[in-house]
Amino acid sequence: MKLITHNMLTSKCIKGVLTGFPLAINATDIKIKEVDFNSEFITRVIPKLDWEVLWCAANSIGHSDGLPKTIEPKFEEDEEFLKKAHHVLLEIEVEEGHLTCPESGRQFPISKGIPNMLLTEAEVQ
Amino acid sequence: MSAVIKLKTLQGHLQDLNGFTKPKVQFEQYETPAHIAAVALYTIQTQYGSLQDKLVLDAGCGPGILSIGAVMMGAASVTAIDIDRDALEVLQENIDDLDINNIDTLLCDFLDEKTCRWENYFDTVLMNPPFGTKNNTGIDMRFLQMGLRCTCNSVYSLHKSTTRSHIEKKIKEWGVKGNVIAELRYDLPATYKFHRKQSQDIAVDLWRVYHSDS
Repeated sequence: MKLITHNMLTSKCIKGVLTGFPLAINATDIKIKEVDFNSEFITRVIPKLDWEVLWCAANSIGHSDGLPKTIEPKFEEDEEFLKKAHHVLLEIEVEEGHLTCPESGRQFPISKGIPNMLLTEAEVQ
Repeated sequence: MSAVIKLKTLQGHLQDLNGFTKPKVQFEQYETPAHIAAVALYTIQTQYGSLQDKLVLDAGCGPGILSIGAVMMGAASVTAIDIDRDALEVLQENIDDLDINNIDTLLCDFLDEKTCRWENYFDTVLMNPPFGTKNNTGIDMRFLQMGLRCTCNSVYSLHKSTTRSHIEKKIKEWGVKGNVIAELRYDLPATYKFHRKQSQDIAVDLWRVYHSDS
């Protein structure tokens, strides 16, 4: 699981959960996998994200070094920043661990890099 | 628009991928044949430029032939989701074999809109949805509708040609636009025991469905 994917995941489908976002990350195995840098792409993706959630997620797994807490107005001109964002969003992979719903505490396992967001019928609202 | 590789090369790579190990009838798991995937992806890139440098979702990805093909056509990042863990593990094997690092896999129910905050998020959504033939009527339309929620631009989806007028009616109802951009033939091998014939030739349409303002 990449952090770009984590930025979009919620546990709102659980019965009684109101927002279910962001999910806490517990990572027992992290791998770094190189992805080609594309500044135009990263510039276009950043406004779609919840940046604070991204920063907190990266920080919680020990990968927020050099990542600013907030986005500067002219971030698209700062190549160093874009490269850092690229790395955090696309190159860090949580291979093993779990995600935790902030409200119910329900855990979603991540194994072989695949988060399992499936719920049983009884858990769904 | 240009393509980073040739159609023939793309099809050649896609033919070598691993497929479903144990197809499950409840999910209507029929593999997308390599020639269909290749022609579809090639058309999507060369006619509409919807893959190169794009953020792509492969909804109901199975072993991931569309995800992998999209990366080969230059997609920047692909999210591949499916409800079947076994299919995703085959996809993971495929991407490990090919040393691809820009596909992220997720086990979830695409039709549950609450799991992912994906409204207008992806540039392009690809899908070969369940045709909705086995106790699943209408599931293809639910996939298509959910795909439209997840994109700020277009959904590319494969459907039986016999459903063409039904889809035309639905997209009008939803206030979106769409047209068939390729007519293909799907040589469906007998995957399950209830199939009487060895293989069946089915006409399929590649649809491009998009928001009126995109």
